[in-house]
Amino acid sequence: MSVRTLPLLFLNLGGEMLYILDQRLRAQNVPTDKARKDEWTEVDRKRVMNDLISTMFNKKFLEELFKPQELYSKKALRTVYDRLAHASIMRLNPASMDKLFDLMTMAFKYQVLLCPRPKDILLITFNHLDAIKNFVRDSPDIMNQVDETFRHIIEVYGCLPAGEFQLIRQTLLLFFQDMHIRVSIFLKDKVQNSNGRFVLPISGPVPWGTKVPGLIRMFNNKGEEVKRMEFKHGGQYVRAESEGSFELSGDRVLTLGTNMYSASRPVETRVSGALKNSSLNTKDNIAARTLAKEELNFLARLMGGMEIKKTSGPEPGFRLNLFTTDEEEEHAALTRPEELSYQVINIQAAQDQQRNEELTRIMGEFEIHDQPQQSTSKGDDLLAMMDEL
Amino acid sequence: MRGPTSRARRGAAAGGTAGRTSRTSAPDRSMYRRERPVPMRSCPAALYNNLSVLPLPAPGLTQFALVHGPTAQLLSAAPDGLPVSQRQLHTKDGAGPGFPLITQAYWCVLPFRVLLVLTSQRGIQIYESDGSVMVYWHALDSTDASPVQALFARGIAASGHYICVGTWSGRVLVFDVPAKGPNIVLSEELDVHQAPITDIAAEPAQGQDCVADVVTADDSGLLCVWKSGPEFKLLTRISGFGTPCPSVQLWQGSVAAGYGDGQIRIYEASSGALHVQINAHARGICALDLAPEAGKLLSGAEDSFVHIWKLSRNPHSGCIEVEHCHAECVTDTQVCGARFCDLRGSSFAVTGYDLAEILRYSCV
Repeated sequence: MSVRTLPLLFLNLGGEMLYILDQRLRAQNVPTDKARKDEWTEVDRKRVMNDLISTMFNKKFLEELFKPQELYSKKALRTVYDRLAHASIMRLNPASMDKLFDLMTMAFKYQVLLCPRPKDILLITFNHLDAIKNFVRDSPDIMNQVDETFRHIIEVYGCLPAGEFQLIRQTLLLFFQDMHIRVSIFLKDKVQNSNGRFVLPISGPVPWGTKVPGLIRMFNNKGEEVKRMEFKHGGQYVRAESEGSFELSGDRVLTLGTNMYSASRPVETRVSGALKNSSLNTKDNIAARTLAKEELNFLARLMGGMEIKKTSGPEPGFRLNLFTTDEEEEHAALTRPEELSYQVINIQAAQDQQRNEELTRIMGEFEIHDQPQQSTSKGDDLLAMMDEL
Repeated sequence: MRGPTSRARRGAAAGGTAGRTSRTSAPDRSMYRRERPVPMRSCPAALYNNLSVLPLPAPGLTQFALVHGPTAQLLSAAPDGLPVSQRQLHTKDGAGPGFPLITQAYWCVLPFRVLLVLTSQRGIQIYESDGSVMVYWHALDSTDASPVQALFARGIAASGHYICVGTWSGRVLVFDVPAKGPNIVLSEELDVHQAPITDIAAEPAQGQDCVADVVTADDSGLLCVWKSGPEFKLLTRISGFGTPCPSVQLWQGSVAAGYGDGQIRIYEASSGALHVQINAHARGICALDLAPEAGKLLSGAEDSFVHIWKLSRNPHSGCIEVEHCHAECVTDTQVCGARFCDLRGSSFAVTGYDLAEILRYSCV
C-alpha cells in the first residue's frame, strides 16, 4: 500500500543476501597459494562482494527503485536478486538461489516483526548499510555510492510521520504474509517455533517513546490527578535506555539488521510443508503463476539500470553452493514443494543489439496476465520502454 | 472479591511492580477461558481493526469478517468452533497495477438493516450482510493525490441511518442509507482531518445532554467528535501530538482511544477533557472494542496481549474511571483484530498476523 516501501525492502533484503554470501564464501575459503583453479580465495571473495555491492548501489538502478510505486510480487523481486547475484563471477544453481532467497526473506521478516517502533525500520536499514560500508571499506568509489544512498534515505525517510512508517511496516508484513519457512539458525536460537512462526518476547525494553505497561491514572475535569492504580499486565518490560542514532553514523542501539551469521554457523533451511487448506481459487492461481505486465515493465526498468559485467575471455564463473555438499543441493532442487517454487525468469538485460531479440523471445515464453482497464499513459509495450532507457 | 490475576497462557511471569502507589481497589475480575478456535484458510493481514463480528439470529451462531489482502473472508461458526459456512469477497477491479488490497471489513448495524462494508485501495463496496449481493460501489477520488501518497479508504461506522467511511486524505464520507434497496447516497464530505483516517466509532445519542455520537480518528492521533445528522456538526477536537490513533470507541459520552505507543486514553467527548490515561500495552494498539451493556472495553496490540477494562462513571465527580479486568497473552502473535461477540462482553474473538485461526474466549 505505501508507495515508499520498495527501497527499504530491497536494501534490507540485499543486506541479508550479502551477509549470507559472505559467510558461505568464507566457509569455502582457501589460501591463495594452495587454491586450485576452481576454488575460492580471499581475493575472489572480496571481488565478488565489491561487484555485488557496486551493482546494488548503481545510481541509475537506485533512481528507478526510489520512484514511488507499489510493491511487486515475491517472484518479481526474486528475479531481480537472481540477476544481482550473477553480477559477479559467482554462479548459483537454482536450488542454492532458492535457499538464498528463503533465508533473506525470513531474516528480514523476523526483523520487521520484532521491530519495536515502526520508525525503527530505518535503524534496521542503517545496520545493514553500516555493514555494507564495512565490506567495501577498501574501495573508496563504492563507499561513496553507498554513502550517497545513505544520505538519500535520511532525506526521504528521516521526517516521515509515525503513521507513514506504520503503513510501510504493514505493507512489508503483507509482502511476507503466509511465509513460514523454518530456518535452522532461528530454530536453534529459539527465535522461531517449529511451526515456522517467530517467537515474540514479552520482556525486555519497551520501544522508545512507549511507557512500561501497568499504570492507570485518572483525572478530574480540572486536569488534576485524582486516582492512580496499577495492574498486572502479564509481561516483564523495562524502560528503554536510549534511542538509536538516525545519523550517517552512530550507535544504532537496535541489533536487528546486524550480521547474525559467522563462519562457524552453517546456514540451513528446512522448507515447511504445504499448508493444510492451501487450495487457492483460480484468480489467486493465475496471480501466483504469472507476472503481471506491470511487473515485467518494472523488471525491465530496474534491470536496464543494472550494469552487468560480462565474464569475458577464459575466466570461468565460480560456483557457490549454499548447501554443504553438491548432492544435498541436487536433492533440495528435486524435493522443493510445488507451491514454493519461484519459477525464475531469466531476463538478460544486456546492453547490445541482441537486446530486442532476447526480450521478444522472453515475452513469448510466458503468460501475460492482462489487467482489464489498462491506462495507456505509461507505455505498455515492453520493447518501447527498453528503447526509452 | 479478589481473584487470581490472569489466565495468561504461557510464560507470563507475575511481573514485579516495585512499590505499589496509592491504593489498588478490589477489581471486578472476570475469568475467561479459551474456546475452540475457528480455522481459516489463510492468515489475516497486519492491518488495524482486522476483525468484525456479527451475532446471527440462529442460536449460538456467529459471523466473522476479516481481511487477507486482496480478499476478505466471511465465516460463520457454531459455538463448538466448527465452521458452518464461508465466503470470499474480492476488491472490485479498478484501473491500476497489481491486485488492489482491501483495508477493512465491517458490519454496519442500521435501524432497519445490516450492511457489510469493505474499504479498499480503490473505494468502498457495500453488500447485504451475508456478502451475497453488492448494493453500492463508491470509487475513491484521486484527483488531489500526490504521487507519494498511498490511496485507500479506511475507518467505518454506522450512526443512525448514516454510514461514515474515512479516506487517505483525512476526508470522511457520509452516506445516507435508505431502509431498503440500493439507493445509497453520498450525503456529506467532512474535511477536517489532514492525515489518513484510521478508525471511526459511533453510538446512539444518550439523551438530551449527550449530543456527541460520532468520533473520527487519524494517523496523527487527532480525534474529532461530531453530532450526526443531515449536516454533521464538529463539537470537539482532541490532539494526539503525532502518535497515530489506530482505534477508537465511544461509550456514554466518553471517547476511548488506543494509540500507537501502547497507551489508552479516555476523554469526555463534549469537552475533550482527559479523564483516564492507561499505560496499557508495550507495542502499538491495533484494535479496541466495547461491550456497551456492561461498559467493558477490549484492547488488542502488537505486543501479543489482549486486555479487558471496566469503564464506569463516578457518581460524585461524573468522571470516567477504569479498572483492569483481565489480561490474555496470545503467545507469539501480533494481534490485529479483537471484538466482543455479544453486548455484555461475556465472550470475545481475536485475530493475529500469521495466525490461521480465529481465537475465541468466553466467561466462565
